[in-house]
Order: sequence, then structure tokens, then C-alpha cells
Amino acid sequence: MTPPIMQVQNIVKEFSGVRVLHNINLDIHAGEVLGVLGENGAGKSTLLKIISGIYPLTSGQIKIDGKLVEIRSTSDAKRLGIAMIPQEFNLISTLNVFENIFLGNEVKKGLLLDKAAMREKAARLLTELATELSPDALVENLSVAEKQMVEIAKALVNDSRILIMDEPTTVLTDHEVEIFFSLVDTLKQRGVTLIFISHKLKEVKLLCDRLAILRDGYLVSLDDVSEINEQDMARKMVGRELNQIYPSRREPSDHVVLKVSHLAIKGVLNDINFELKKGEVLGFAGLIGAGRTETAEAVMGLRKKDAGEIEINGQYATINSIADALSYHLAYLSEDRQGKGLIMNSDIPKNITLISLAAYVKGLIRQKKENAVAQEYVKRFDIKAASLHTNLINLSGGNQQKVYLSKWMDTHPNILILDEPTRGIDVNTKKEIYHFIHSLTEQGVSVIVISSELEEIMGLSHRVIVMRSGEIMGELIGDAINEKEIMYYAAGLKTMKQA
Amino acid sequence: MAKLEPAPMMTRLRRLNMAAYAPFIALLLLVIFSSIASDTFLMPRNITNVLRQVSYTGIIALGMTFVIIAGGIDLSVGSMVAVVGVLTIMIINGAGDGWWAVAMAVSSAIALGGVFGALNGLIITRGKVASFIATLATMSIFRSMALYISDAGEMVSTNAHFSDIGGGYLWGIPYPVWVFLLLAAVYHILLKHSAFGRHVCAIGSNPKVASYSAIKVRWVYFQTFVIAGASVGIAAVLLTSRLNSISPSDAGIFYELDAIAAVVIGGTALSGGKGTIWGTVIGVIILGIINNMLNLMGISPYLQGMVKGLVILIAVLVQFKGDR
Repeated sequence: MTPPIMQVQNIVKEFSGVRVLHNINLDIHAGEVLGVLGENGAGKSTLLKIISGIYPLTSGQIKIDGKLVEIRSTSDAKRLGIAMIPQEFNLISTLNVFENIFLGNEVKKGLLLDKAAMREKAARLLTELATELSPDALVENLSVAEKQMVEIAKALVNDSRILIMDEPTTVLTDHEVEIFFSLVDTLKQRGVTLIFISHKLKEVKLLCDRLAILRDGYLVSLDDVSEINEQDMARKMVGRELNQIYPSRREPSDHVVLKVSHLAIKGVLNDINFELKKGEVLGFAGLIGAGRTETAEAVMGLRKKDAGEIEINGQYATINSIADALSYHLAYLSEDRQGKGLIMNSDIPKNITLISLAAYVKGLIRQKKENAVAQEYVKRFDIKAASLHTNLINLSGGNQQKVYLSKWMDTHPNILILDEPTRGIDVNTKKEIYHFIHSLTEQGVSVIVISSELEEIMGLSHRVIVMRSGEIMGELIGDAINEKEIMYYAAGLKTMKQA
Repeated sequence: MAKLEPAPMMTRLRRLNMAAYAPFIALLLLVIFSSIASDTFLMPRNITNVLRQVSYTGIIALGMTFVIIAGGIDLSVGSMVAVVGVLTIMIINGAGDGWWAVAMAVSSAIALGGVFGALNGLIITRGKVASFIATLATMSIFRSMALYISDAGEMVSTNAHFSDIGGGYLWGIPYPVWVFLLLAAVYHILLKHSAFGRHVCAIGSNPKVASYSAIKVRWVYFQTFVIAGASVGIAAVLLTSRLNSISPSDAGIFYELDAIAAVVIGGTALSGGKGTIWGTVIGVIILGIINNMLNLMGISPYLQGMVKGLVILIAVLVQFKGDR
């Protein structure tokens, strides 16, 4: 085996006295793909942020090519050939592709920019990466996958030898994931070392050479990928057997709580019809951009409808604003937790009561009651936070999602729409959320789950609706729900005439 | 089960965001320094004077705090002082000589301020104009209105009682200072303990999250401008009464800058979402003491702007450090 390109030795990290990483030792070999797995809060992001110079380490050392280095900032990391590709891309949307690739690294001719040289270099690089992306394309017009490509190209221009990627595939569609897989191969051939965080065990198994698994700040195992199966990965991450991720389903009643007829938004949605029964989990499958989120937002009054009727418990309902939706006890958790769901620089109680605040106001806000209720949710959902008054930005993704869920549960919904409820969340929290959905349905709450993870849709739903290009392509019930059928509908290879 | 107790004292101290207390510490240091550097500084008469001087811009800064936390800015407040002042004098002179004329002038000044604030709010929320631009425009409009109505001449009150409200004392403290402190207490409760205040912070932090949480973002935003306007109305009538007159060309000049400076020095983020009323009160007093000390120490009035500018810069630098 090649000698280690990077040696992480005895790394300890503390945040205000709390130890989040315990003596991590890890050798990373040149040209390998190392997967880093762990539950939310296990310390994987912290570790990679230390390597890429975002966080300082508390103690320990890092060697590159056998030489001791200090990585105090991202520019130190850049100089050492380490680049981190964040989940939220750092691209300037008003500049085009090659300008972004060379941002901060511009090629100059005298005092002026040598645009021709940059364009040509960028074009060559993009060809090497086997993409048809034009160097002149404007970044704001690019898809998420293309933006990711630009980020990778940018890292390569900086002569990065070690690329760190934080859940690179969560934002990609299935087709784009395939392209990403071949890109990883290309990068490996160039001798680039890749470290990446993922929650998708299957993907990790396919992509990586070795796997490092972290739990509660300890490195619990480091295996060749051929020596570990998915069950073991999950077990090591959680520290115990994970049996039954998906709870068993109980038959919903026949009572229709929500009926949507002929819902349409010009250019977005076309004649959407569906029913939701009491205690049912209705899955919405489809590719990104199929119109699932738009359907949910239209039902919630967050988008203007051009046509369509909504009935709740058999009664015609006028829903033109989210306040209307609330009065019918509808709830919607957006896929964009940070952008549309939570006030990140505010604490847990204030977030939980933001919608239901009126219930806490008797002249003034009863903050004691607010805190007590928040405390109950913290207990009920096992939300892990340093204190009730920690700002949400300091919680892990899974705990943020639990706060988001609490926020809507505090409105006492009868119908709950969950849009990508487990995106970027670890296996254990996923399981908790699945079981919670199940217990809600037992209490007679009806749930719509929009998800791009087929496994999740199949594991949870009584019924699945598949959308494509703003239309419902088909509906699958019970035993008829399977991956192949869903994909056929989602890809437009099959369609069901709507009644 | 995870039971989240309030953190113990020591860890809580360690976690204290020093930036949040910076205004208070700055004020403390400033008072200590001032009392050493000048014998007259701590004399009750001087303190009273400082407080009265800052109370007018202080009241405006209190209203401005809501606007800034909601993510906006109001540049029109200085000109609004002039136009409300001019109209107030017209009203009181037209209304006669009794106490009831004073009462009418006071209530109409507050109402007029509210109306002008509502005008700002309408342009911003209905017309979807950025608050900076909208209030830059109304700043010019209000000043011009004041000049036109008064024909650019100083307006003097003919009511014998009018000057009592701005010039009066209670327990040795001028009325404007009482109004400033009382209003601060009311606004503090409004910001920290009412649903409205919570909503102001939410729309300033992330308007998208707020609207997805069924908060009427534009309505809340609009109301912050009405509050700012009404506060200007209060300040304007106190100032006019104190002088028993108003100059349409000089009144309220640079008040917007002083008010914004006080809010920023008080630790409220210009990007919105976070801030406190007590911070603004401290910011106002810090600015007042600095002015006062520069006078007491005989430093050229031409340098005062520079010192004020430096203080604002330092305040913002401390704020940014706190964010990182």
C-alpha cells in the first residue's frame, strides 16, 4: 500500500469544555476513497472541519507526507492541497463557470485577467471530468449537480490533493448520482484522495475503499469496505443492533380527511387529484422537480392555485394562506429546514412556539409555560442540546429536524405533510422519526411523506403516488408498491389514466 | 432521557457572549473615566442635562430599534421631526391658549408621526421598495414639506402652557427624560414579552421562515415603521415644546444618524433579527456622555463627529467579532 498522505494523530476537540472528539488516529492513503460514517453528533463533521482548517484542534497533530503541519485556516488547508466541498456551495451565481473555477486564483496577463487562458484551462478540466458543462454558462442557471461539478473543478484548479465532501449525493437526483460515481473514478485516476461523509450505507459500500466509523466522538472502527456489510455499519454507528427501521403498518380507516381535486398551477401542476384517509401514510415519490413540494405548498396555501378544490373531512375548505391551512389543522415541514423552517440564531423554545405562540400569550408571553412545553418536546423526541437555550445553529441536523417537528406538533395537526423528513439525518434519528410517524397514525393523524428515498417511501407508506413533471403518473397500493413500478412511473415509462 | 437544565453558573458564565454585554461594559468604563477626568461630570445638574439632551434622539432610537431588528432602516426620522414640529405649532396656535390645546397638539403630533411612519411602511411593504431607498426619498419629502409649510421661517408657539411639557421637571428630572425611560420600559416589554416582538425578531432573522410559520411578515414590518413614526412624533413635540418653537431647516438634522448609531452601539445587528431596547438606551447614553465630555474637556466641537464615528466603528467591529 502507498504511504499515508495524511496522518491524523491523537486529535482531541473540545467545545466549551465538552469533549466531542477523543484521541482520533487515522492514516489516510494517497488516492483512496475514505468514507466517514456516524450518527449526527458523532463528530464526523467536526473532524473534517478540523482537517480543512475551519475549526482549530484542542490537542493532537496532523502530518502531511510525514511532515508535521498546522492547519489554522482554510487558506492553510488550501496551501496544503486540502479542499472541502460544502453542502451549501460557495459559488458566485452572477459569474460564469470559468470565472468561478478561477475565483481567487485568477490567471493574469500583466494587470489584467487572462480570460482566454482561464476559459481554455477550464474547458480542458471540465472535459477531463467528463462533463458537457460549458465554461461560459452562468452559474445561476446551473443545476445542483452542475454546481457541484464547478466546486470540484475549482478545487482541482487549486491543485487540491485531498478533497473532502460533506454528503455530496443528498442533493443529487438518481441520474446525477450515477454521474457522480463515475466522477469519483475519474478523480481517483488523477490521484486525488477523497474523504466523504454520507448517510447512505449502500452508496458508501459502492464508492469507498475504506470506512471510518465514528460514534460519540470515538473512532470505533476502520475497515476495508470489502470486510464490512451494511448491517455491521449500522450496528457500529449506533452501537447496538438496529432491528426494524420501519415499524409495521396498521390499516387506515376509510374516512377521507383530505381530498384534493383538479388542483392546478399554470406551468407547474396539472390536474392533481388525490385523497388521504384517516391514519394513513401516503407517500409522494418522484424525481426532484416533479412537483411534489409544489403540490404540498399549494395545499398549504403557500402557493397560489389557479384551479382546484380542497375538501377536509368532506367539507369544502378555502385555503389561501398558511393561516387558513392552520385553522384546518394542516401542518407542513418543508424540505428546506434551515431556509424555511427554523430561525437558526434563536433557541429551542422560541422556535417551537413560533407558530403556536398565541397559546402562550396571556397579555404577555408566558415564558415559563413556553420553556416547560419545550422541555416536554425535548424529552419526547430525545433532542440533544447543551441547553434549552442553545441556538439552533449549534444543533446537529437530526436534532434540528426534531425541533422542527416539535414546532409543528405544537399546532396539534390532524394532517401532517413531511417533505424530505430525513434528508441529511443519521440512521438512528431516521428510525426515531419513522416510529414517531407510526405512532401519529395510531392516534388518527394522517401523514403525507414526500421523499426522494425510495426505501423510505416503500417502508412507510400505505399508498404511494408517483409524480412527474407536475402530474400524477400513477398510484400504488399495498403489495403493488415496489421500486421498479415507482421508477417506471417516475421516469414516465408508464402512466395510469386518472379517474 | 435528555433533561436540559439551565446551565450551571460557571458554564453559563463561560458561555456568556461577551459581545452582548459590550455596550454595558463600555458605558461603565466611560462613566468611570469621565468622573475621573472631570469634576463637573458627576454633578446632578450635568447628568440631568446629558440625559435631557439625549432624550429626543433617544426616543427616536427606541422606535428605530424595532425597524432595524425587523431588517429595515428609517432615514426619514430627522426630517419627520421637522415636519411634525411645524404642524404641531400650527395646530396649537390654531387651537387657542388653553391646556386642552396642548393636549390636542401632543396627541396630534404622535398621530402625525404615526401617519408619516405608516406612509413609509406602505411604500416599503406594498410598493416593495427597499427601506433604505424609500426612507431616503421621504427624508427629502418631509424636509421639503416642513420648509414649504412654514415658508422656511421659524415657527413660534403662542400658547403659554406649551413650553411646560418639554421644560418641566418631576422630582428634579426633566419630563423628556421620564418619557424616554418610560417608553424604553414599554418598548422593552413589547419587544421581549409580546408576540409582536417575537415576530419582529423572526422576520428580521429569516422572513421566509416567518412566512412559512404563518406570520404576516409585511404587516409586522409595516407596524415597525408606524412605531418608529409615532416615536418621532413624541420626540418632535417634546423638542418643539422645550424650544417653544421649531426651525424647519435645522430641526432634526442628523437625528437619523444619531438614532441609528445608538441602536448599533447598543448591540443590535444591522442585518436584523437580534437586538435589545436596553442596549439602545445604553447606546444613547454613551453618545450623550461622549458629547458632554468633549465639551467639558474643551475639545473642538469640530472633532466631535470624528469621535462619534470612531465609537460607531468600534461598536460594529465588536459586533462582528461576536458573530464569528
